[in-house]
Amino acid sequence: MLSLERRGVDSRLMRYGSPVLALVLTVVTGFLVFLLLDRDPVEGLRYFFITPISDRHGWAELGLKMAPLLLCAAGLTVCYRAKLWNIGAEGHFLMGAVGASIVALQFSESTGFWVLPLVLLGGVVCGALWSMIAALLKTHFHCNEILTTIMLNYIALNLLLFAVHGPLKDPFGFSFPQSAMFADSALLPMLIPGTRLHIGLLFALLAAVAVGVIFSRTFIGFQLKVLGEDPQAAAFAGFPQKRLVWFAFLVAGGLAGLAGASEVTGPIGQLVPQVSPGYGYTAIIVVFLGRMQAVGIILGSALLALTFLGGEMMQIAMNLPKAMTGLFQGLLLFYLLTCDAFIHYRLRWNAKAAKPVAPASAANTTLAGQER
Amino acid sequence: MTAVARLTLENIVKQYPGCRANDGVDLVVNAGEIHALLGENGAGKSTLMKIIYGVIQPDEGTIYWEGKKLTLQGPAHARQLGIGMVFQHFSLFETLTVAENIALALPAAEARDRRALDERIREVSAHYGMALDPRRFVHTLSTGERQRVEIVRCLIQNSRLLILDEPTSVLTPQEVADLFSTLRQLASEGCSILFISHKLQEVRDLCHTATVLRHGKVTGACDPTIETTDAIARLMVGEGTPLSTDVPPADPGESLLQMHSLSFRSEDPFGTSLDRICLNLRAGEIVGIAGVAGNGQDELLRALSGEITVPAEHLTFQGTPVGNLGPDARRRQGMAVVPEDRLGRGAVPDLSLVDNTLLTASAQGMVQRGWVSYNKVRDYAQRIRERFQVKASGLDATARSLSGGNLQKFIIGREALQKPTLLVASHPTWGVDVGSAVAIHQVLVELRDQGAAVLLISEDLDELFQLCNRMGAICGGRLSPLLPTPSLTIEQLGQWMAGDFADSADAEVNHAVA
Amino acid sequence: MSMDLIINILSATLVAGTPLLLVALGELICERSGVLNLGQEGMMLVGAMAGFIGALTTGSLMWGVVAGVAAGVAMSLLFALMAVTLAANQYAAGLALTIFGTGLSAFVGSDYVGHTVDGFTRIAIPLLSDIPVLGPILFNQDLLVYASLVMFVVVYVFLRYSRGGLLLRAVGESPEAANANGMPVLLIRYLAVGFGGAMTGLAGAYLSLAYTPMWSEGMSAGRGWIALALVVFATWRPGRVLFGAYLFGVASILHLVLQGFGWDISPELLAMLPYLVTIIVLVLLSSNPTRTRLNTPLSIGQPYRPSR
Repeated sequence: MLSLERRGVDSRLMRYGSPVLALVLTVVTGFLVFLLLDRDPVEGLRYFFITPISDRHGWAELGLKMAPLLLCAAGLTVCYRAKLWNIGAEGHFLMGAVGASIVALQFSESTGFWVLPLVLLGGVVCGALWSMIAALLKTHFHCNEILTTIMLNYIALNLLLFAVHGPLKDPFGFSFPQSAMFADSALLPMLIPGTRLHIGLLFALLAAVAVGVIFSRTFIGFQLKVLGEDPQAAAFAGFPQKRLVWFAFLVAGGLAGLAGASEVTGPIGQLVPQVSPGYGYTAIIVVFLGRMQAVGIILGSALLALTFLGGEMMQIAMNLPKAMTGLFQGLLLFYLLTCDAFIHYRLRWNAKAAKPVAPASAANTTLAGQER
Repeated sequence: MTAVARLTLENIVKQYPGCRANDGVDLVVNAGEIHALLGENGAGKSTLMKIIYGVIQPDEGTIYWEGKKLTLQGPAHARQLGIGMVFQHFSLFETLTVAENIALALPAAEARDRRALDERIREVSAHYGMALDPRRFVHTLSTGERQRVEIVRCLIQNSRLLILDEPTSVLTPQEVADLFSTLRQLASEGCSILFISHKLQEVRDLCHTATVLRHGKVTGACDPTIETTDAIARLMVGEGTPLSTDVPPADPGESLLQMHSLSFRSEDPFGTSLDRICLNLRAGEIVGIAGVAGNGQDELLRALSGEITVPAEHLTFQGTPVGNLGPDARRRQGMAVVPEDRLGRGAVPDLSLVDNTLLTASAQGMVQRGWVSYNKVRDYAQRIRERFQVKASGLDATARSLSGGNLQKFIIGREALQKPTLLVASHPTWGVDVGSAVAIHQVLVELRDQGAAVLLISEDLDELFQLCNRMGAICGGRLSPLLPTPSLTIEQLGQWMAGDFADSADAEVNHAVA
Repeated sequence: MSMDLIINILSATLVAGTPLLLVALGELICERSGVLNLGQEGMMLVGAMAGFIGALTTGSLMWGVVAGVAAGVAMSLLFALMAVTLAANQYAAGLALTIFGTGLSAFVGSDYVGHTVDGFTRIAIPLLSDIPVLGPILFNQDLLVYASLVMFVVVYVFLRYSRGGLLLRAVGESPEAANANGMPVLLIRYLAVGFGGAMTGLAGAYLSLAYTPMWSEGMSAGRGWIALALVVFATWRPGRVLFGAYLFGVASILHLVLQGFGWDISPELLAMLPYLVTIIVLVLLSSNPTRTRLNTPLSIGQPYRPSR
């Protein structure tokens, strides 16, 4: 009979092999899903994973989707290393988009070079302010950050909707819920001419590297790591816990806010309700998949960006729902966590099958009690 | 004379990854016998007991219960046979009542009538002189009372073999005496008792026979009423390990640290509040604080480390008020602390020794403008490892991978190397092998002789009497007077541990005298 | 304010509070065993989707409910596999379940958007529903509202009086001690997680078969998360879950009430109310950590594997 046994030493191989294994399992499951839907699985997988990046334009689109994912993921990495379960990147992102839009719409007539930095700053500040609410609730009111950040996400979404239906609505927009187009001076320069890829990707790569440096070289990175591993030891060592929490949330909020700002000043050029297809949530998967390491989250964000492109391709080429993206992302995270168990445990085959039988009486009462 | 033994173990083997906890253990326990199972920490005693109680399964070997071969299906099965166990870290549920805790261990049918159960609990506990109120919540009970709940829980099921794991380590001397008389009464009624301990004097007082384990193997069996403690100790630790350290008399200097009526209200419903603690530590002395776990030791340690802050003037160190300073600021002034929890507080389990060096030694020039110089950290870690003979696979080994003794040497070494003027250590040798314990004691004495003040908080009275030149006890968040060790009897200390002393605020007079 | 309006509001409160009550009762049991399942939102969506498709394809609401419950249980067992058997981080596993459930329900349900079923209708209980004021509020509701009240009683009695409830609390307080006492910790946790899944699946089916008898992507709109906050708010006690569910129920129909009064507030701003109320309640409650701590299942969120 199979049993799980704790390893003496954690497996390094599994730590880095687990994301690969999870991807393989996801692809295998995808294969089965296509079979189940009575479609050609090879063709389906090709459309999902390969066709989107089969030309220069495709790679540019990949980079375009990567940028917001990686920015959000870099910020979340700082939080998650400290085991601060901030799932509010989506909200920070949306507020960043709103903040940048407010600034951009103030300067719709200006052509100065300073407009764009100001607009981006608007996004960063707005995202950071939004994350500060959760930080404040955590440090001063002991509120669970998971619940507060998710609530703040819903509130941010409604604020965005309010903005595009009300104060920021384009007066000449035929009552569409969206803002006016921004001036050219508020738009991000392109990275590759002829594509939509803008310099937001550079911000993202820079952020990922910076996060890597924080955790490998700086004392605050070390303190965050200890806080995450062992809050008691952090208290014993005398690390400033509240300040660390604020730092992590501010970085996460600022970077996600920048992502939101880059999205409205990049490919979209105005504020629209669907500014995010769930980047903030997908970034969570990126962080776990990327092992909370700079290189890891860069690769992870590329893979998850591909799932967005793949979902769109499914719709166009195979007439399957775009929601395939969410399905693949969910499967990926699910398999990843399953595989991660084998970092600490290994499967062992016990020939004796000596597993003790649970006292039957106890089990029965539990059931009976619930059904009574 | 040919009566069948109650319990016989033959060639029990239990293998864990990287450690053979039991390596062919044989053991025979007769009816009505109080049998000691002796051994150092890590010798395999706990594993063996869990096997007898069915919590874990042996890889090899045979168990005979009253002559019949047996495969235990689990603790419920063991209890049904008449095997009861009292765990060292009690297996009680604090948020449930005494009766509910006992009901959970009984078969469902027997536990249904709660009123009858209450009656039985009262009867059994009264019969053995251990009064218990079935309706009380366990978290409101003292440690000694909790142990009674565990024992009554076994007796109510008519146990014919009672296993006790280090039962005396959590009791005051008076409570130990009460426990022993209960155990003797039980044995005279025919119940067998397996008594796990490393306290040799107690074993000699109580037990009929003794089996000694070392590194998972039986190294000897003896009659503890005849053998000397030194001879038994040799069986436990083997040749070549010093059994204790020599402690030359202390030569105290000027006063270093004063607590002025320090109070602290615990916000934790399961915590203890500190009540007007007064304490005076001098350079070059080791002061001991005895007490049963959970009487405010942890809060006292936190108040000294800076994890709990108080009004500045309630704590002065070298003449400066420090009560309002955090741990980092206090450490910079030369106050070092070694907490009770090695893994999880003194060291981060999954970080390397290098990272764990940085944890509290960062002020030793390892951090400049927020940047860490890992070369310096590594050098420092290497110095700790060499100077204090920490056995580890390397500096990148995780704290978790070290044995208790080696990790404790590392933590004490990390603090000692920073040349503190005050070291507070809580249970420094708890769960540590004898060799490491001796080494740790030496470090404390060395620090003392270099002019530091050492405060030793411990449950181990032998350790306290051996090292300290002044001693007192903490109970319910109040501190007893402190007396010079030679003039303090164990009976007096036992009374203090039970809370029988004048208010510590009044005790300040005694400090002045002492 | 007219009496009729008050009755209507209270009756709607009961309806709006029912999915929250169901989820929170299930999660209460789950958390009492020491397992925190953050996947409620995902399980609820899958339950709603499965319930709707089940009812639509079989033509029977009851089969729809069965499908919803079964889907909830299946999802929760996936979670238990990760969080209980494989001892994964419960936070991460719960998030994974929500992300997976959101994706799965959107994918499978995409063909069913725009369809409708004839949902559960109100059943007036003879005699009782004629009681003035209380009658129309309490005794003129649909079947699942009644079911939720029955489940409340079941959970209450189970926790308070049964041996199973005692076992559950014991495991939730200290799995180590429970294991040392020979209790089947993993089995009890599986049952608790599964029960939570069933209740959340039922809540999902309630959304798509009674509350708004249709399926739309993300239709639970954060109710799973609000229910999680509700359990914290209730400090793990069923009586307070009942009270809290209807309190949150009021919050979620507050925009309708305010609009009914003719207040001219942007609907987007009003839609924030339930989330805002949740945060405010969390703040009021959590600022006293001592009281919360006393009731928190002590082992919550910590993975446990017995060593053998």
